[in-house]
Amino acid sequence: MTGPSMPLAAVDPVAQGDHRLKEPPGPPPQQKGHRTQHDEADGGEDQKAGEGVGGRGHSVTRVMSDYNFAYLDEQTKRMIRRALLKALAVPGYQVPFASREMPMPYGWGTGGVQVTAACLVPEDRLKVIDQGADDTTNAVSIRRFFERTAGVATTGHTEAATLIQTRHRIPETPLTEGQILVYQVPIPEPLRFLEPRETETRKMHELEEYGLMYVKLYEDIARHGEIATAYAYPVKVAGRYVMDPSPIPKFDNPKLGGCAAIQLFGAGREARIYALPPWTEVVSLDFEDHPFVASKADHSCALCGAGNSYLDEVITDDRGSRMFVCSDTDFCAGRQAAGKAGSEGPKEGA
Amino acid sequence: MNTIMTGGFAEPAIQSARTFRALLEAMARPGRIGTVGGAEPPAPLSVAAGVVLLVLTDPTTPLHLAGDADCAAVRSWIAFHTGAPLVAAEEAQFALGTWNALQPVTRFLIGEPAWPDRSATLIVETDRLEPRGARLTGPGIGTEARLTLPETAAFRLNRAQFPLGFDTILTCGDRLAALPRSTRVEDN
Amino acid sequence: MYVAVKGGERAIDAAHAWLAEERRGDPAVPELSVAQIREQMTLAVNRVMAEGSLYDPDLAALAIKQARGDLIEAVFLIRAWRTTLPRFGASEPVDTGAMAVDRRISATFKDLPGGQVLGPTFDYTHRLLDFALAAEGEAPPAPTADVRDEPVPHVATLLNRDGLIEDEAPDDTPPPDLTRQPLELPASRALRLQALARGDEGFLLSLAYSTQRGYGRTHAFVGELRIGRVAVKVELPELGFAVEIGEVELTECESVNQFRGSKTEPPQFTRGYGLVMGQSERMALSMSLVDRALRWQELGEDFTGAPAQDEEFVISHCDNIQATGFLEHIKLPHYVDFQAELELVRRLRREALLAANPGAEEAAE
Repeated sequence: MTGPSMPLAAVDPVAQGDHRLKEPPGPPPQQKGHRTQHDEADGGEDQKAGEGVGGRGHSVTRVMSDYNFAYLDEQTKRMIRRALLKALAVPGYQVPFASREMPMPYGWGTGGVQVTAACLVPEDRLKVIDQGADDTTNAVSIRRFFERTAGVATTGHTEAATLIQTRHRIPETPLTEGQILVYQVPIPEPLRFLEPRETETRKMHELEEYGLMYVKLYEDIARHGEIATAYAYPVKVAGRYVMDPSPIPKFDNPKLGGCAAIQLFGAGREARIYALPPWTEVVSLDFEDHPFVASKADHSCALCGAGNSYLDEVITDDRGSRMFVCSDTDFCAGRQAAGKAGSEGPKEGA
Repeated sequence: MNTIMTGGFAEPAIQSARTFRALLEAMARPGRIGTVGGAEPPAPLSVAAGVVLLVLTDPTTPLHLAGDADCAAVRSWIAFHTGAPLVAAEEAQFALGTWNALQPVTRFLIGEPAWPDRSATLIVETDRLEPRGARLTGPGIGTEARLTLPETAAFRLNRAQFPLGFDTILTCGDRLAALPRSTRVEDN
Repeated sequence: MYVAVKGGERAIDAAHAWLAEERRGDPAVPELSVAQIREQMTLAVNRVMAEGSLYDPDLAALAIKQARGDLIEAVFLIRAWRTTLPRFGASEPVDTGAMAVDRRISATFKDLPGGQVLGPTFDYTHRLLDFALAAEGEAPPAPTADVRDEPVPHVATLLNRDGLIEDEAPDDTPPPDLTRQPLELPASRALRLQALARGDEGFLLSLAYSTQRGYGRTHAFVGELRIGRVAVKVELPELGFAVEIGEVELTECESVNQFRGSKTEPPQFTRGYGLVMGQSERMALSMSLVDRALRWQELGEDFTGAPAQDEEFVISHCDNIQATGFLEHIKLPHYVDFQAELELVRRLRREALLAANPGAEEAAE
């Protein structure tokens, strides 16, 4: 079976009924498809398609030549691409798109995956993170998907990546021109938890009627003395649309604005795409007497000693001992490689 | 006949991906000029206008051809390569022509208050596309950008309707730049 | 010393290998063939085709095998396959009036043109476990009768002759397709019906049941339920006429509902409609009741706040692939967001305790 022939053949249900049983969809397990090669010098740290991040290379991922480049068919990509351009033209506005069923579940990054698939070029070097880490299972799964369907090179290094798909974090290393950051978004509507109806929230955006959001934030202050939203903290984009930055910790909010890279947001189940062009003004909602604070745990990283990175809390025994380590594994590893160490820094050859 | 069937992408998935990436960068960074290629549309279309059509239009996107672009060779080429239905300016999701041919641009869809994305994208063929002239500021632009524009008043009016408005892709030979509705345009 | 959790790739590989082994079960027991599933688990195959929105019994059977019998997982496999298929056109509307019926019943008339045809139904079986099946006994052949060569008109057509039921004028507007266009609310009835036709059977069943119990009551009778095969015709532009490309089995249900009349309409019956791929009787019945409940606005009825009347609620939540994906995604790591919350709760607690008891800083941590 070759790429284009299978979907084309499949439109004839009569002739295909029996044939497809003998040749089930999907890649035959032993088939080895073409693999796109890249020759850019990159210090040898990055992976070619099929090699796992971490360089162990124990699992050779085969390129799925049964599907189109980057999985999606061209008509679907055109539809997503049109939505992306409109999203860039109206920053922060949620553009509806005809989200497709992807071969991974809704809620597991299907929006981000569709946006990435529509943007990828063979020359890309893809990084996928979940909770800041390249090695979390869902990040691994998505990275493999694009190794197999697009044959692109992958990397764990933020600086080396041309396209980064992320869930719940913005890398600590500042992004640069030429990079694209694609966010996986579960609930794109910042007003959803105040008003469950799409028909109502659409009207609120239309009329720029965000009073309800401020009321909610102010109630927090009245009750708790501060705004009790720790992640998915709403922002106002270019002075017009209130936007959900996806469930990143509010520590990451200041990185949204004035960013040199293109930021794209994909919500698959809710079928919305939105975007922040580079250098867009992004303001976290707050009040004059209660300004926004990008908080994090008041510790430094136990492994690399960083005092300015977002930290994961790790419970180390059953007596409640804990330590704090960078959530951004690439940032932390880079600092350790440069000789920086925290209280628990590597002493043995880990 | 032959000219109709030739001039498309030889490797559609890959070439569309590369062209789109250039378009994405252009729309994200108003005024930034990018280079594209891979298509050879019939005259009078530029290479850039041709690839934009190939990448963005299909039977679901009503297209308006204005002025010289509305000729038999172009119509046939579009029918063969994209299948985009040709429509009047008022119904178009995409419109293609020189700035003069597209006048008055107030004809084009600017979206609805609840759905600002339902607006036209104008593909404007130009003789000159250089990073000088009108001053551009807004999302996607660090401090300011400069771009040769056919005029500024129409774009200022368009910006005044934000978040409604049309979006513009300027093409010249194998180069293109974009001017989304969010960009503020000044003469100097 | 702490070592960050690594090994996601190896863990995934191993989990997949284990899953494949579990799917096969005890290798001493012969493996199920896809044909066996297709022929002997037909109603499961039908459900997967209906909710997967793809009429292909072979692929549905394969999906069931691959999914270890988890039907929602099988629906998901079919949906993910379906979405990669290019569209080359749409068929003509199928003519269910010309259906070759295997089953056709009406609860509103004792007898009617075309007759009551029970067909292969569980309805009057006694639900007693049949231990003969455990012994793998073959069923004796069912008796046959001659085909009744007469038309089987829709019951609603018969009622409509007297003006007793609302008229449904033919409409040639191409129906929208929520798998190709983003959903926009409020939705047309055609779009609602599409959403329901691929919705989760269990969700629709519960919604339909809730209308019977008074949450959006519509007083439904089964005007007619019919199951059988219909021809699928596609018009070829080159030929200028429609060509039959095959047959599909469908279940159609039309409910007849009480309607007291309004300012502009005299009292008459109204309709709810269900149409599902394959033999999927419970689904078609549920769909027709929910369809009718959703039509309150069009028919000038009151919105009582019942879930089954609420278009946005029903359409946004009836898709089990969306629902199960989002539900199950909470299994993914959320430690970044959780950490943010944890830090917030600690700070709020510290401040609250300090406010209540100055000098209690130690206790708050």
